[in-house]
Amino acid sequence: MRSQPIDQFVTTLPADKRASVYQSTKATHEKRTKLLFDEFADPNRLRHLAGEIKQHTLEHLDTYLPAVEAKMKTNGVTVHWAATADAANAAVLAIMRARNATKMVKAKTMVSEEIGLAHFLEQNGCEALETDLGEFIVQIDDDHPSHIVRPIIHKTRREIATSFEREGLGAYNDDPETITRRARQFLRHKYLQADVGLTGANFVSVESGRLVLVTNEGNSRFSLAAPKCHIALVGIEKLVPRDRDLGIFLNLLARSATAQELTVYTEFISGPKSPAQPDGPEEMHVIFVDNGRTEVLASECREILRCIRCGACLNVCPVYRQASGHAYRSVYPGPVGAVLSPLLAGERFPALADLPKASSLCGACNEVCPVNIPIPDLLLRLRNRAKQENVPSPGTPPMGAWALMASQPTAWKAALFGGKVLNYVPAKLIPVPAMQAWSAKRALPEWRGGEFRKWLKNRLQKSPTP
Amino acid sequence: MNDDRESILSRVRGALAPLHERAALPDYDTEIAVMRSLIAGRDLAEVFTERIKRVSGLAVADPAALVAHLRAGGWLRGYCDPALWPQLAPHFGPEFKVEVDYDRTRVDDYAFGITRAAGAIAESGTIILNDATTSRRLAALAPWVHVAVVGRGQIFADLPQAVAAIGGDPNVIWCTGPSKTADVEGILIEGVHGPGQQIALLVD
Repeated sequence: MRSQPIDQFVTTLPADKRASVYQSTKATHEKRTKLLFDEFADPNRLRHLAGEIKQHTLEHLDTYLPAVEAKMKTNGVTVHWAATADAANAAVLAIMRARNATKMVKAKTMVSEEIGLAHFLEQNGCEALETDLGEFIVQIDDDHPSHIVRPIIHKTRREIATSFEREGLGAYNDDPETITRRARQFLRHKYLQADVGLTGANFVSVESGRLVLVTNEGNSRFSLAAPKCHIALVGIEKLVPRDRDLGIFLNLLARSATAQELTVYTEFISGPKSPAQPDGPEEMHVIFVDNGRTEVLASECREILRCIRCGACLNVCPVYRQASGHAYRSVYPGPVGAVLSPLLAGERFPALADLPKASSLCGACNEVCPVNIPIPDLLLRLRNRAKQENVPSPGTPPMGAWALMASQPTAWKAALFGGKVLNYVPAKLIPVPAMQAWSAKRALPEWRGGEFRKWLKNRLQKSPTP
Repeated sequence: MNDDRESILSRVRGALAPLHERAALPDYDTEIAVMRSLIAGRDLAEVFTERIKRVSGLAVADPAALVAHLRAGGWLRGYCDPALWPQLAPHFGPEFKVEVDYDRTRVDDYAFGITRAAGAIAESGTIILNDATTSRRLAALAPWVHVAVVGRGQIFADLPQAVAAIGGDPNVIWCTGPSKTADVEGILIEGVHGPGQQIALLVD
């Protein structure tokens, strides 16, 4: 039987990597649960509330977007709009060119991954250096992040030490502390030389026009302490209505993402630095990026735009834990990626239409989601869309025989009887390759087909009237 | 660019037009996101001291304790906000070399940076800095040790209170413990780009 692309990827994964992704996602998930349930009387109430706030915001973006734009302008921010990835890249480059800037330090932003900003700027003669430790390692290896929050969850310290040695960052040393110190030393001088600091935004308050940025490493803070120009790439779905809503979201984000009560640095930025402050940007630009989001908003999967990119659904997902992020072949992996990536792909939907199928629909992603996104429902809607659009689905077990049987009572009864025969045939002798592969490591339970019918019949005889 | 603005906004309007009903903004009490049992009825400086320790920061109650800590760590060179230095200088011995001007071309020369905080949050052990109060963003970030001078009366109980008090400053930053990462094999390392030691000096 041909398997689906995600299964094929898994067979290429070394066992030690699979084990380490499994262990670390599981550990983060367990710590998250403990933190949320030990401290809050009703964490589920918090999740539902956060989801309701985001859903409200999404359904009022037509008024909230112009409102936040006006507020930002009052705050001294230059606001840009980019409908596509190309437009967003061009907007960043235009800002840099206007300042004769060639050096950028980048904090972690998923939007910049979506639009391929670093590569674009390099092609145009600018340096765009990743400063988050994980993203920096991804960049020097010309790799892709495999987790939203932990970009190098797929790399071992030995691989990282080899890369550092190759890049001239010191002799081979795979001690994580040494690796971190070397990156610290190298990057701090890059911040100080940079013309522009680029960030994303975790939240944007419509009420005050403030961007909220969270990092643990302090790299976004350094990007806003040394360079003189700040550019923020912001997906149009990042808004929350009021400052007070931030209290709810910040509490949920850190716990869901890294099982911390609060991320180390939480920065609230409404504009360029105060005149009396010697450090920080004199100029601030916000670029609102669509890049497929309005299409998602128009679809029946708009709930996915509530996502605050915490990665909790990746950590809990039995498929992600086995497959890890690169199996999803897109910027957003895991359950959120299985919904968002095919949607953002636009015309390339068929190429990623297998992702919504790579799920047992167990529902764990919905249970941990800090904004209560009904991911399993959305996966089903996308499976349906793929069916409606006749997207070929290689590797899906043929269901024709099943459909025939299930619609013919006589065939069904015959099959139930035939099943009983299986109890006396060793599984090894059944000439179906998939069956043999399955039973190589498992034992079939005893066939008990037809018991329900028998039970129902007896029950009806005993009590003929309901 | 203006075309992009119009096209995005018209697509947003188009996407929302078919909705018969739009989700209302829920009404709620921010109290549901507060760890009330932790702070109820307690001295906020005491809670803050306990909570900053939990995130591997440190709160010290007097300048002598701060100086002893710096000496023990071998952090003898640093920067101090010129507005704070007159009160702190008498506590520092001759082995210290403290500058009140920060030179960004010599970031590695400063082992510590002492700046004023705009406040603190008891619940989370957080130090609050802003542009108006903190003399230099870099001095509170680049040295290995950051010391924030926090007035006991400036400690907020919880996150919602601190959010409500953000005010008009263009840049407010909450610092909760030392800079850290777990990117390499999930192993926690403190002191990535920012300080490896986050210290609050509590003053009256």
